[in-house]
Amino acid sequence: MTILSQLITSFFATGAFGIIFNAPKESLVKCGLIGMGGWLIYYLLEDYLDNPIVATLAATIFIAVLSQELAKFYKTPVIIFSVAGIIPLVPGGLAYDAMRNFVENDYNSAIALAAKVLMLAGSIAFGLVFSEVINQVVRKINQHKIRLKNPL
Amino acid sequence: MEHEVEQTYDIMEVCLLAGKIMLQSGGETYRVEDTMMRIAASYGIEKTHSYVTPTGIIFSAEGTEPTKTKLIRISERSTDLKKVAMVNSVSRRISSGEVSMEQALTQLKEIDALNVTFPLRIQVAAAALASGCFMIMFNGEWNDFIPAVISGGAGYYGFVHFHRFVPIKFFSEFLASFVIGLLSLVFVQMGVGHQLDKIIIGSVMTLVPGLLVTNAIRDLMAGHLVSGLSKGAEAFLTAFAIGAGIAVVLSFL
Repeated sequence: MTILSQLITSFFATGAFGIIFNAPKESLVKCGLIGMGGWLIYYLLEDYLDNPIVATLAATIFIAVLSQELAKFYKTPVIIFSVAGIIPLVPGGLAYDAMRNFVENDYNSAIALAAKVLMLAGSIAFGLVFSEVINQVVRKINQHKIRLKNPL
Repeated sequence: MEHEVEQTYDIMEVCLLAGKIMLQSGGETYRVEDTMMRIAASYGIEKTHSYVTPTGIIFSAEGTEPTKTKLIRISERSTDLKKVAMVNSVSRRISSGEVSMEQALTQLKEIDALNVTFPLRIQVAAAALASGCFMIMFNGEWNDFIPAVISGGAGYYGFVHFHRFVPIKFFSEFLASFVIGLLSLVFVQMGVGHQLDKIIIGSVMTLVPGLLVTNAIRDLMAGHLVSGLSKGAEAFLTAFAIGAGIAVVLSFL
């Protein structure tokens, strides 16, 4: 039941963010589905491993690889699919918590939270870069195969 | 020779316009550089250098004549993925040789002048829905759904309107999060809402600079040090504005 409500809300939240970011109309549902998949992975892994950083990394790699395939298929920039999908993973709530503690003069917990935010944001960025590397390696291998098949 | 010089300037104008639209619409730094380089290459300028930061683009083209350099200033930035996609498809058509330079320039100018955003009502509705959904995703209870929807929608509506009055992003974000905090507090005091923190976090998500933080770190990793640092600074300012707006409300408690 919890998972069902998480799936539905993550679908709508990601789709709605697609509207706020003015993604093309025909890609809104795809954005929603990507976000839903990413959030499902994050939610289950976080529950199982109790480690939000690994969960975020896994979900980001899923989202980024899927977005790259979709972008190749529809010949649009990757950012259209990946941005909205990543939004649920972004540590916005934690960033807010950190800032709130700063403004309330509770610097110790604020800095701890800020470090967490940085780690989570870093793992998202790392996931994005990592999937790009995978993409490039796959492309290089394919090019190499073609060259082997037709030697000049 | 004279003709060639003029043509180089025209090509640079096409490149810079494409780059400007992309950067203003939230395109990634490497994509902006890549697009400008490809356009220039397909019009015959092989050697180009570009320096892209969130607040400006410097672009120079090398050729047989003395190197020419142009600078363009970016003052307004938003996220408008549709425009990124449109410029991308124009640049694809340029690379495949379908579009001449004059056509490309007029098409890019059209895209620049175009307003393709969703109507404000729909944006506010989307923000409201997203706020409610995020509240649930952060393990909130369904009985807080309506308060989160209302305060999130009001916050986003306020953000857009304040931004029209006072074009300082920091200030409109501060006011918007103040509105969100105030509404959430009122709901909780009235007994309609239950968990103040969850309602506020859910509603604030549409303003939070999560994307900026991620892009900043990604730019840093890709070696775009200046744009990474400045995006990080922008994200920090936004987070500070939101935190301050909420803190003012919390001091009423």
